Amino acid sequence: MLLQGRELQSVRGERVLFSNINLDVASGQLWQIEGPNGAGKSSLLRILAGLLPAQQGDVLFQGEEIQQCRERYYHDLLFIGHKSGIKPELTAIENLEFYAAVEGHEFSTPPYELLAQVGLVGLEDIPAQRLSAGQQRRIALARLWFSQTRLWILDEPFTALDVDGIAMLHDRFQVHLAQGGAIILTSHQDLQSMSYPVNRLQLRYQH
Amino acid sequence: MSKPTPNTRKPVASGQIFRQIIRRDLRVAMRQRSDLLNPLIFLLIVITLFPLGVGPGPDILGRIAAGVIWVSALLSAMLGLERIFRDDFRDGALEQLMLLPVAVEFSVLAKIIVHWLLTAVPVLVITPLLALLLNLPIQAWGVLWLTLLIGTPILSAAGAIGVALTVSLNKGGALLSLLLLPLLVPLLIFATAAVEATLAGVSPAGPLALIGAFSVLSVTLAPFAVKAGLRVSVN
Repeated sequence: MLLQGRELQSVRGERVLFSNINLDVASGQLWQIEGPNGAGKSSLLRILAGLLPAQQGDVLFQGEEIQQCRERYYHDLLFIGHKSGIKPELTAIENLEFYAAVEGHEFSTPPYELLAQVGLVGLEDIPAQRLSAGQQRRIALARLWFSQTRLWILDEPFTALDVDGIAMLHDRFQVHLAQGGAIILTSHQDLQSMSYPVNRLQLRYQH
Repeated sequence: MSKPTPNTRKPVASGQIFRQIIRRDLRVAMRQRSDLLNPLIFLLIVITLFPLGVGPGPDILGRIAAGVIWVSALLSAMLGLERIFRDDFRDGALEQLMLLPVAVEFSVLAKIIVHWLLTAVPVLVITPLLALLLNLPIQAWGVLWLTLLIGTPILSAAGAIGVALTVSLNKGGALLSLLLLPLLVPLLIFATAAVEATLAGVSPAGPLALIGAFSVLSVTLAPFAVKAGLRVSVN
């Protein structure tokens, strides 16, 4: 079991977002967290990524508490949240070079091929802030193409992407799952028609 | 695409990540040079206003020069301080920083070093000019420069703590100065004491050693406090 959530509870202010959430993510699985706005989908992802402490419950990576094996866990985790982590002053290539290098992966030549794969041809030398929201999203998601982490946690990865972008992402997911990776994501998209099995976790809005 | 089983992937050396953070942040800073220049220009303007305000009598200026330079340096440091984490907080790079497979303290130390390089080094470069403008007797220039050299890391380290605590607030700026300036009063006192000692012909070693001790203490301990502050802020 790659990642486990045990009886997770999150409280924001006075309101219980969710409680008693159990989640077992094995390699090769894709989990879709569903629920209305404000149900705590992002909070759940941030708890699983260790960015937010859970009020109750534990998150286990390969059977070990994530705070205990922090470096091993983050060595194997790629998290892309609402905010993409792309520096707007830097170009796509400079941004990706940083994220590749901190994973121990140096590009010997500028990764033009990678940018072509995610549909950013000709935009290599433009600072990210001058690109559209969808294009910036594509830069952040391009990390998925070279990342060697097994677990991906993606908060609304399809946001701002066009039809081609969404299809491209589905293809990438399929390859990752076939290689034994695991994905946890939130999305309002219907993923049931995809060629890979989708596990769903439903969060309800609690008053 | 083939890839090795991630389990057997070698962990990335902390030093490598440290270097990459410094490299990226310097690059980002070079793209927003005006942000770097503003505090420096502010400092220069304040210093040139003083002779106009208190009169150009060389003895008065010389006596207050060290204090004026240090107070102005403190205030100008407050101007650009938020930059340490504000932009990273907004674009999500801060979250990613917390998710790197190294201790957060380590990444934070890299941020503090970059901030020092970008804000303190330019001040150190123009210090002789500031000393000249305020007619500081030349035998005290070296000591003034030394106080700035060993005192400015305290600004970056303590500043990082303050920014880590206030970065998620919308109007953190004023709160930040309120939080930090009282903490920096000892630094100001010892720095000007060192220069005054030199001018009086006494050894400045005592105050300098104290500033050095503060400096070592704040740079080594600040990353732990910053980590705790950021934990709260990224929530």
